[in-house]
Amino acid sequence: MESHIQTLMEVLQQTKGYIYPNEVELHWGLLVVVYPYVTGLVAGAFILASLERVFNVREVQPTYRLSLLTALAFLLVAPLPLLAHLGHPERSFEIFLTPNLNSAMAMFGFVYAWYLAVVLLLEIWFDYRKDAVIWSRHETGFRRLVHRVFTLGANDLSEHAVRFDRSAGKFITVIGIPSAFLLHGYVGFIFGSVKANPWWSSVLIPVVFLFSAMVSGIALILILYMLTSLFRRMEIDMRCADKLGSFLFYALIIDFSLEMLDFIHRLYEAEESIGILSQMISSRLFISLVVLQILLGTVVPLVLLGIFSPAFHTRAFVHAPAELRRLIYFCAAILIEVGIFSTRWNVVIGGQIFSKSLRGLTVYKVELLGLEGLLTSVFLLILPFVILYVLVKFLPPWPEAEAAAPSEPNS
Amino acid sequence: MKGPESETMPDSRATGGGANQPVDRREFLSRSLPAGWVLLAAFTGCGGEPSAPAGGSEASAREAGSAPDSGSQAPASEVETSAARDPLAGYDPSQHKYAMAIDVDRCIGCGRCVEACKTENDVPREPFYFRTWIERYVIQRNGNTVVTSPNGGISGFPPVEEAEILRTFFVPKLCNHCDHPPCVQVCPVGATFKTEDGVVLVDHDYCIGCRYCIQACPYGARFLHPVTRTAEKCTFCYHRLVKGLVPACVEMCPTQARIFGELNARSSPLARFQRMHKIQTLKSHLNTEPKVLYANLDGEVS
Ligand code: SF4
Ligand code: SF4
Repeated sequence: MESHIQTLMEVLQQTKGYIYPNEVELHWGLLVVVYPYVTGLVAGAFILASLERVFNVREVQPTYRLSLLTALAFLLVAPLPLLAHLGHPERSFEIFLTPNLNSAMAMFGFVYAWYLAVVLLLEIWFDYRKDAVIWSRHETGFRRLVHRVFTLGANDLSEHAVRFDRSAGKFITVIGIPSAFLLHGYVGFIFGSVKANPWWSSVLIPVVFLFSAMVSGIALILILYMLTSLFRRMEIDMRCADKLGSFLFYALIIDFSLEMLDFIHRLYEAEESIGILSQMISSRLFISLVVLQILLGTVVPLVLLGIFSPAFHTRAFVHAPAELRRLIYFCAAILIEVGIFSTRWNVVIGGQIFSKSLRGLTVYKVELLGLEGLLTSVFLLILPFVILYVLVKFLPPWPEAEAAAPSEPNS
Repeated sequence: MKGPESETMPDSRATGGGANQPVDRREFLSRSLPAGWVLLAAFTGCGGEPSAPAGGSEASAREAGSAPDSGSQAPASEVETSAARDPLAGYDPSQHKYAMAIDVDRCIGCGRCVEACKTENDVPREPFYFRTWIERYVIQRNGNTVVTSPNGGISGFPPVEEAEILRTFFVPKLCNHCDHPPCVQVCPVGATFKTEDGVVLVDHDYCIGCRYCIQACPYGARFLHPVTRTAEKCTFCYHRLVKGLVPACVEMCPTQARIFGELNARSSPLARFQRMHKIQTLKSHLNTEPKVLYANLDGEVS
């Protein structure tokens, strides 16, 4: 607490103009930046998976299961930053027991539970059930136990049962797409519905959140697909990479247009908040918004993907050898991840460093230690990859793992 | 019970208490129907006179104008014991609708109210936690407006340094106890709530410290208590209201710039004030319907 007061004293020295005295302490810090970032990755990865399933985009098939597992790994972590930022995490269950139905935040638990239990877990279960049954027959020890438990005793491998798995999976995906939209659109609504805050209050925010979620999700899968192929010494399927590159381009275009629409709209309407907001953008948010989010995170990847991916045609503008294309996709995807993280930062932190008196700016000082510190956030960003690693160990998402299993007509 | 009125209730003990009893939401709700209460008491066989709350705490009973009644009561049923501890016994929130008026022209920026509030409500002393604070506006000839609030104005203000001054004034700020409170709307667990008498309160045993309410309040009226880790803000000194007293800041103000009372009463200092002045509220475009009413407010105030 002493160090906290110390930090606030420093912040007080660095404020510019007038801020309400209670605004010196910035309440939603890095953890709340991590939260929409992580949920965005969940929604994005899932939507990518659905493309294959519902719209039959064959090219991205190699990433289908990887996307599902990634979505699950990140979804398991998603509530943790929220929990860690609460003043009283031990009371968080009250959200389920006595939710205030008027509160956007109260719905989090329900949206989350719905998405986790009904959509993701079920879909993964139906998708892996057949394989798990087959794997468990040839395994011993712990792995066998895990796969046994996974099947929940449903060992039927008849053609009828497998067909049912497939159609059930498809059905869930169809429900899953609007659910993924709901999950992340809802996160946007938490911010967009705060009328007290001119930086947040906008109907476009949920939509922008959604498309940026898709962008970040696709980019993440692209990165993971390339890295895992590298480590497994497998050839990258360039048709898949090209397709992902093109999707990334489309999603990015929509995302960028929406953001620009929001921006121009604000500029043109020039409401009373415009003065302080432009001051904020040109000083406190310059690096994270103009440089990281717009230039490096959006414009550069757009140009790269626009030129080198076959986004407009079956052929790209400039035909680069596969080797180079891989590198370009990889770099573009990394830039995009940095950019989307900055987007979340700019929304969450940006919404709090100008005073609601519209007369001044404050600063945000990230603390290193403590539950709400930098280390916690870094940990929470690494954790999903650890979970993913474990998931992948037990439920290998690779096409050849599936193929390797002998198919048996009857159980 | 008679509603508190600023002109009729001089009291020298204003800053003496120091102890703020947090009002428990569920308890509050369960007490909000005294009629049902009395019935309940009758059913459980407490006896006593139905007109006086059975075994009410000394203070509230005195305020209600009835002598504390101890000997004649039947011994403690459960209901009765909880009534003895209940600071709200004998208080009927449905009979009140509170508001505060502030005459900007009267405020001299002395900061006594800020001091009184910090003392009365155990508000942390650091300069980031305020239930009420004072802003000074200095408007210069070139159109510049300089706003300051050094340590919330608790020890007054330094001399004005700006040159070419057009006008200058002080504005006391606090929670507006909005009639459409966005903070109540967003609280995920309902820990922030509006009482029947219109006061917006936080249940500290229930608040999970998510701070959504702090984000939703357009006026910067809330903070997170560094020790309890729960949301905090002005309560209109609710613990005093239920005893028929006015908020500490109102009582301490040497110029009577703050007027407190019943919003709907036909004759009260507040009603009179509303008749005599043009009234404005802060950020009225947000439709929060504040119950802190300003007279002589300048358009520069945000
Ligand atoms: S002023 Fe702020 S804290 Fe007070 S009732 Fe209105 S929104 Fe809530
Ligand atoms: S901080 Fe407490 S009172 Fe405020 S919204 Fe969260 S739970 Fe409700």
